Amino acid sequence: MPPVLQIIDLKDSQATRSYLTKQTLRSWLLTTDHKRVGLLYLYTIIVFFAVAASAAAVMRLNLLTPRGDLVQAETYNKLFTMHGVLMVWFFLIPSIPSVLGNFLLPLMLGARDLAFPKLNLLSWYIFVFGGGIALYALLIGGVDTGWTFYTPYSSTYSNSHVALMAAGVFVAGFSSILTGLNFIVTTHKLRAPGLTWFRLRLFVWSLYATSVILVLATPVLAMTLTLMALERIWKVGVFDPALGGDPLLFQHLFWFYSHPAVYIMILPGMGVVSELIAAFSRKRVFGYTFVAFSSLAIALLGFLVWGHHMFVSSQSVFAGVIFSFLSFLVAIPSAIKVFNWTATLYRGSISLDTPMLYAIGFIGLFTIGGMTGLFLATLAVDVHVHDTYFVIAHFHYIMVGGMVMAFMGGLHFWWPKISGRMYPELLGKMTAIVTFLGFNLTFFPQFILGYLGMPRRYHAYPEQFQVYNVLSTAGASILGLGYVLPLCYLIWSCCYGKPAGNNPWGAKGFEWETTSPPPSENFEKPPVQTEEAYAYPVPSSEPITE
Amino acid sequence: MSWALLIAQIQFLPDQASKMAGRVDLLFIYLIAITGTVTLAVAGVTLFFLAKYRRNAAADRSPPASSSLPVEITWSVIPLVIFIALFGFGAKIYFRESVDPRDALEVHVIGKQWMWKLEHLQGKREINELHVPLDQTVKLVMTSQDVIHSFFLPSFRIKEDVLPGRYTTQWFTPQKVGTFPIFCAQYCGTNHALMIGQVVVLDAADFAAWLRTGRETASVAQRGEQLFHSLGCSGCHSPQAAVRAPLLEGLYGSRVPLTDGRIVNADMRYIRDCILLPKTEIVSGFDPVMPSFQDRVSEDELFALITYIKSIGSPQPEVTVPDR
Repeated sequence: MPPVLQIIDLKDSQATRSYLTKQTLRSWLLTTDHKRVGLLYLYTIIVFFAVAASAAAVMRLNLLTPRGDLVQAETYNKLFTMHGVLMVWFFLIPSIPSVLGNFLLPLMLGARDLAFPKLNLLSWYIFVFGGGIALYALLIGGVDTGWTFYTPYSSTYSNSHVALMAAGVFVAGFSSILTGLNFIVTTHKLRAPGLTWFRLRLFVWSLYATSVILVLATPVLAMTLTLMALERIWKVGVFDPALGGDPLLFQHLFWFYSHPAVYIMILPGMGVVSELIAAFSRKRVFGYTFVAFSSLAIALLGFLVWGHHMFVSSQSVFAGVIFSFLSFLVAIPSAIKVFNWTATLYRGSISLDTPMLYAIGFIGLFTIGGMTGLFLATLAVDVHVHDTYFVIAHFHYIMVGGMVMAFMGGLHFWWPKISGRMYPELLGKMTAIVTFLGFNLTFFPQFILGYLGMPRRYHAYPEQFQVYNVLSTAGASILGLGYVLPLCYLIWSCCYGKPAGNNPWGAKGFEWETTSPPPSENFEKPPVQTEEAYAYPVPSSEPITE
Repeated sequence: MSWALLIAQIQFLPDQASKMAGRVDLLFIYLIAITGTVTLAVAGVTLFFLAKYRRNAAADRSPPASSSLPVEITWSVIPLVIFIALFGFGAKIYFRESVDPRDALEVHVIGKQWMWKLEHLQGKREINELHVPLDQTVKLVMTSQDVIHSFFLPSFRIKEDVLPGRYTTQWFTPQKVGTFPIFCAQYCGTNHALMIGQVVVLDAADFAAWLRTGRETASVAQRGEQLFHSLGCSGCHSPQAAVRAPLLEGLYGSRVPLTDGRIVNADMRYIRDCILLPKTEIVSGFDPVMPSFQDRVSEDELFALITYIKSIGSPQPEVTVPDR
């Protein structure tokens, strides 16, 4: 850090000013404060989320009628590609790790910042650069391959800006790798005195597991997209059989990254939910070590199940059977988490504030998402529902019902810490419920659609599928409300919310011991961990009315 | 009343047009029953705890154990056992679907952006429509002439990707007369959603009558034989030829020793590669003199050539090597 900034920081702390006090553009763009970088990520991913969600809205409107009257087939194909690419790489993957993880990891460890603050800022710039390339590719005409970029369609046949979009994803991948690296080193090296591995918060464990995947899997994606682009630009035969390549090789490589990436998109959400359940039940999470290790088990097993995306791709029967079995195995640690969360509620002192409602919603939706994952792991059933709306519904239950619910829950939970202000609680609760209902109405009918045989990525469809599509579109309009409302009232609360105080939830953890919002250096004096995580006092058996 | 009518119109399962469909549905229903029970149980327990231990209610909150190995083992092992059962059930049907059927009616499928071209061995060709006889197992041998497609028959609960450069197969036995949808399930470009068609299941007599409609066509094997001569294959691959090349009578289904010491099964994949990439698998004892026919034969001509080569004698029972 340049000495000038150090002096400014010093002055800030002397006046006990928060990390938000200095409000110049320069101070934001050159910040190395992990909390500010987290917020930079937040603003950026909100933009990507808005663009990607708008694409989904147009798609849902188009699917109101069987003939797909609203947009042309080519436009529709570009919309779902845009929706997938932006949601996966520019919203979901950075959502909890880069926003909440960035903001919270040093706070939870009792550290002043991440291990490499400048690298952290650099990863945001790389992310913005990659996102810029992706948006530019969309502006000049878009891409129509689907987010999966299957060859040889992407490498030979598509007439859209495939290579440019791949470049955007490629660049953004480096941001993932650097963030993962930063988190791993920080967790190893910057834990406060007394904060042993088994006193870590479960959110830290889940971030750690996520980081391992980010560092190990992302390079494979980079290689795969590079090979695809080489074939597209210079006709280097890798995947296209007409050039002597093997189209299935692409799928193997792509899913070797993308299945672990699915866990990048859910593990941090599981970590957030562990935090929320503990804080709002006033209890240590039941089976702490099992919940912690299940994150690592998911991260490791997640690397061994990619073939379940290829049960009908003509991969060998033997491979199909092995991948099916491993896919069932990876469901066990997820099941362990759900059971432990439920058991945590037992004899707790539970308050149903907004973040807790989101956490409960998460458990419900994630359970349905996980259970339907078993359908897809079951070979013969997958043969039928593969590439249908059943799959769409399944992964949206995990990605949206799971990760986005957890992100919203976490955002509400730590919002007082981030902004120093409370959001309107009643509105928050209503929004959580609206989101839950809207989500189910949107995606549950898609399970039925899928089993009935409606394939995904269809711009138009046979008439017998219309009823469920109309229900789904109706649900999407409600779901949309669930995302617009928090945007409005959270911004409102920055100015008008009532001051939060250090620990509005009465929760345990270093981040609640410092001021809201925290000072730039996080803590007045370095904290020391003297007890287990979540060491809540025994709650009273008598009713407590607030 | 109108509600009852409306509900009666709403479908939850697609048509069941084969026994396989029934098997998959049964497994699906088991899955719903098991996962539904667990989901409802988790939801029930959660809601019960939420109500009982809400902060403003009196309840026994004396601290329970914060962890328990027996409990963790219990709720890991029970799901594991259930999962293994489900895995086994699913794999059993999958095996069944993967075994090459006996006495099947072979139909060739070529996927291209954005239509399905189908060809019966007898010579009849169709586009986006597949006529098949009732109760007769139909084996689809499929390839693509451009990108990856997927031939999806929801009423028979089967699908398999259709790839450029290789053959994939799937089979079904229609057990219900009627028309059933064909969808392309793998995204294949702009008009992916229009790459749909129908299977028309006819009873045996109607199917025989349907085969007689239209103009008389040569069978696929006959067309293959014509190509075998017109492309010059017979110039080398015949006993009278000046160039020493392997004779193809009885080739299909045999095991072929190669110059590099490997022994390969002479299946469709092998014959296709020999025509297009003749330098890759040289038969032991022969010189690599055959030119490649890449870009000179189309996918349907390849089907015809292979079918002809298959037709000229199969010395031993076919060694079944599923193309999957």
